[in-house]
Amino acid sequence: MTDVPATPSLIAQTAAPAPHVRGYWGNVWNRLKYDHVTLFFLVLIIAVILSAVFAPWLAPFDPNKSSMAARLKPVMFKSFYLGTDEQGRDILSRLIWGGRTSLVMGISPVFLATVIGGFFGVFAGYAGGKLNTAIMRTMDVFFAFPSVLLAVAISGSLGSGLVNQMITLTIVLIPPICRVAETATSQVRTMDFIDAARASGAGTMSILFRHVLVNVMSPVMVYSSTLVSASILLASGLSFLGLGVSPPTPDWGLMLSTLRQSIYVQPLVCALPGVAILITSIAFNLVSDGLRQAMDVKA
Amino acid sequence: MWLYAARRIVFTIPIGLGVTLICFALIYLAPGDPIQSLLPPDATAKDIAELKHVYGLDKPIPVQYVIWLGRALTGDLGMSIQTNKPVLDEVTRAFANTFTISVISVILAMAMALVLGIVAAFHVGGWADRVATAVAVLGISVPTFWLAVVLVILFAVELGWLPATGMGSQGSNGFSWFVWEQAKFAILPIVSMTLTPLGILMRTTRSSLAEILSQDFIQTLRAKGLSETAVVKHAIRNALPQIMAMFGLQLGYLVGGSILIETIFTWPGTGFLLSKAILTRDIPLLQGTILVLAMAFVAINLIVDLLQTLVDPRIKRA
Amino acid sequence: MTIAVPERHLLPVPPGHPHDRGGKAQPMLIVQNLRKFFPIHGGILNRKVAEVKAVDNVSFSVQKGETLGVVGESGCGKSTLARLLMHLMPSDQGTLVFDGDPVDEPRGISLRDLRRNMQMVFQDSYSSLNPRLPILESIAYGPSVHGVKRADAKAKARDLLEKVGLQPDLFAGRYPHELSGGQKQRVNIARALALGPRMLILDEAVSALDKSVEAQVLNLLGYLKRHFNLTYMFISHDLHVVQYISDRVLVMYLGQVVEIGPVKQIYEAPKHPYTMALLKSRLIIDPDTRIDIPPLVGDPPNPINPPSGCRFRTRCPYAEAICAERAPSLGNATNARDEHLAACHITNPIAGHSMAGQTLQALDGEEIVKRATEAR
Repeated sequence: MTDVPATPSLIAQTAAPAPHVRGYWGNVWNRLKYDHVTLFFLVLIIAVILSAVFAPWLAPFDPNKSSMAARLKPVMFKSFYLGTDEQGRDILSRLIWGGRTSLVMGISPVFLATVIGGFFGVFAGYAGGKLNTAIMRTMDVFFAFPSVLLAVAISGSLGSGLVNQMITLTIVLIPPICRVAETATSQVRTMDFIDAARASGAGTMSILFRHVLVNVMSPVMVYSSTLVSASILLASGLSFLGLGVSPPTPDWGLMLSTLRQSIYVQPLVCALPGVAILITSIAFNLVSDGLRQAMDVKA
Repeated sequence: MWLYAARRIVFTIPIGLGVTLICFALIYLAPGDPIQSLLPPDATAKDIAELKHVYGLDKPIPVQYVIWLGRALTGDLGMSIQTNKPVLDEVTRAFANTFTISVISVILAMAMALVLGIVAAFHVGGWADRVATAVAVLGISVPTFWLAVVLVILFAVELGWLPATGMGSQGSNGFSWFVWEQAKFAILPIVSMTLTPLGILMRTTRSSLAEILSQDFIQTLRAKGLSETAVVKHAIRNALPQIMAMFGLQLGYLVGGSILIETIFTWPGTGFLLSKAILTRDIPLLQGTILVLAMAFVAINLIVDLLQTLVDPRIKRA
Repeated sequence: MTIAVPERHLLPVPPGHPHDRGGKAQPMLIVQNLRKFFPIHGGILNRKVAEVKAVDNVSFSVQKGETLGVVGESGCGKSTLARLLMHLMPSDQGTLVFDGDPVDEPRGISLRDLRRNMQMVFQDSYSSLNPRLPILESIAYGPSVHGVKRADAKAKARDLLEKVGLQPDLFAGRYPHELSGGQKQRVNIARALALGPRMLILDEAVSALDKSVEAQVLNLLGYLKRHFNLTYMFISHDLHVVQYISDRVLVMYLGQVVEIGPVKQIYEAPKHPYTMALLKSRLIIDPDTRIDIPPLVGDPPNPINPPSGCRFRTRCPYAEAICAERAPSLGNATNARDEHLAACHITNPIAGHSMAGQTLQALDGEEIVKRATEAR
């Protein structure tokens, strides 16, 4: 092969000038832009979050101010836009303030569980062998409980309270996230570029951070986002049973529970806290679905 | 195939043991000494020590676990503090009540989900698909306990057609499915329990069917001249394992997670037992109920898994 | 009819190469008694019930500056061999000597240093490049792992992109899914060269490419070999490509080396029946020379339970009783420079085979089928 040209110019690639390279998230946003349903509910979520953050300024009344005279008033009674509860407190204000608890209970356990479950899952997926078996079988034991049962069991033993509820929900959410992380990691692990990285002499830590995490993070985070609505539902269910925050703290599930006794008097008002839960839950579900679809197509 | 079944059963044993471990450990999560709940507050130290000895709580924890496990395996789950009756009796009676409404709910949900899911999968993107998807999203987003309250408001408070609580005028002993006066108590609980499994099963049906329909062999079937109904049958047969698995899972979730519905309707099932036990801190009852429910869930999953090997020929060879 | 192949000679190692330790005569890589068996689990408790004998007692050497072609059918162990050499999986047995230094031993060369000297180019598949990293990062990763500063690593990566024929300004920020197969393979090559190795193992590096692109990449490989003074081990199932690019060829069958020698001798006068059969099964463009009866009969035997003695005897038209009793030996392949060795009793005059010492005669198709079915 003595007649091979010495310079690479004759074998160089002449490509058309590259269009503006967008990168992965750029592509995702590009697809999301056209999904009107998802965008609408995303705005809704942001509205709920903002109203919870700005509750002190937004709520027309003090959520704990009770009034014996104004008990169980219907919707649009004077300035009580959504009526009052069995202790005369303004429902709208309590709903706005209750959003704080519900959002915290929806998002923080998911966040914590993602960090902890993700760590264990990636670790198990990359390590393989006996370590993987040990971790995943332990998770399987937790999977052997239906989530409501597990939540009630742990919560019932730990006792009520905000912190306990958060611990309960985090524990309940760790196994599914761990499983998703482990599946994603073991799939990535078999890919050639991981072998190439190992062949260049990289250590496990470096490979995990530079190559594995980047590929595993998005499926894990997308999955976690689908758990937010489940977390909100579980949390409100626990509060409904009295295993969450204690009165008089406004909390949607707790409100439903206390208002339940008054359904014969003001049925509509008593159903309102549930509507809040429903709308928030739907919003999170649709947004996470939309996100998953936008990220699903191979960019 | 029997090898696979045997292996699967063998693998369930350590998980079952793990479950018992967690059930046992639960009481130690509770703040305070478990013995406190059993005694009046003015008990003397001597009484406490004596009771501890009687219950075996003065032995080291692993030993306690083994003793407890041994008793549990023979059916002795202790005595309920509240009623002073054996826990196993209470739980089995309640279990029957919970299981019946759960099974009916899931079967109803499954029937509707199949119809909706099939229509949706065969007209992906059409209006049927969108309606079905909306129903599914509703199903997984709705707080079931709220739905129950709303149904009570609608049918018991406003319309007065159905009773709000209870299991019949004579309780579970007098309950009969064939007498409207008794059976009507079961309707609202069942309906409330149906929406979420409906949503999940519809999603599963639709997505697995849609995935199968996009595969090449469906095109081959159509090219051979098969009628659309026959194609539907082929597709469903392929999707059956996944759908069945989800069916079992949902049944397990309903059985294990019935506490909310049963509390609202005071339906005397295991969930109601559970909430009573939590309120009164009846530890033996709490432990026993959780153990039975968890084991039921494991058993249901195992049965579904084994049934899958019958239906899915790919697994048989493993 | 053979392809007209230009005369070739081993590229001389220039004197005083900065990293050359062993000198001109020292082989770049010596492989001794390499073995890898994969366990198979079964039964109720998933215990080990059998082993797949993927690589069984393989020994050979790679000379400095040459291209050693490795051919064989699927499942013969070529890719396992590549991964064993790169230490991507642990071997059960065997030693490696790189440029005179034993690998991974106290007084030899460490694994880390080996990786700076010997790299691998993977087959272009969807998984050979990290889909989430721009290709510049993928290339710069290797040097950065070895302590090179990010800026320097990126500069080197850009330089390599240019060397493999991809203009850095156009391609540096692209993602793998924005490249064609040939372009991705150039990136794979650049990545392998990033650490400045002296030897490259190319595992089916052009197999997934279209023919025209394949030709371009082969030419690129030739250019890079001269420019960077590299030694190649070129694994492929494509006999034409191997003939075009190799100086010596190694033939593998069912985890063992069955023949090794200079490319011209192997292709013109093969000594092992398997090699002859492989060569005869190459399709020729000339429509007048058609192959009616397959030169190779049957499927390769199970690597879990290979035949006793010579592993090829169940498909070999020359098989005799001696072949089932004793496994033929290849000879001293680690010292063979230009020798042509084959693991067949026919090559050994005292082996006891009726055709011992003779050259293989080309049998026609029917004869082969008849003999092969008799031999079974």
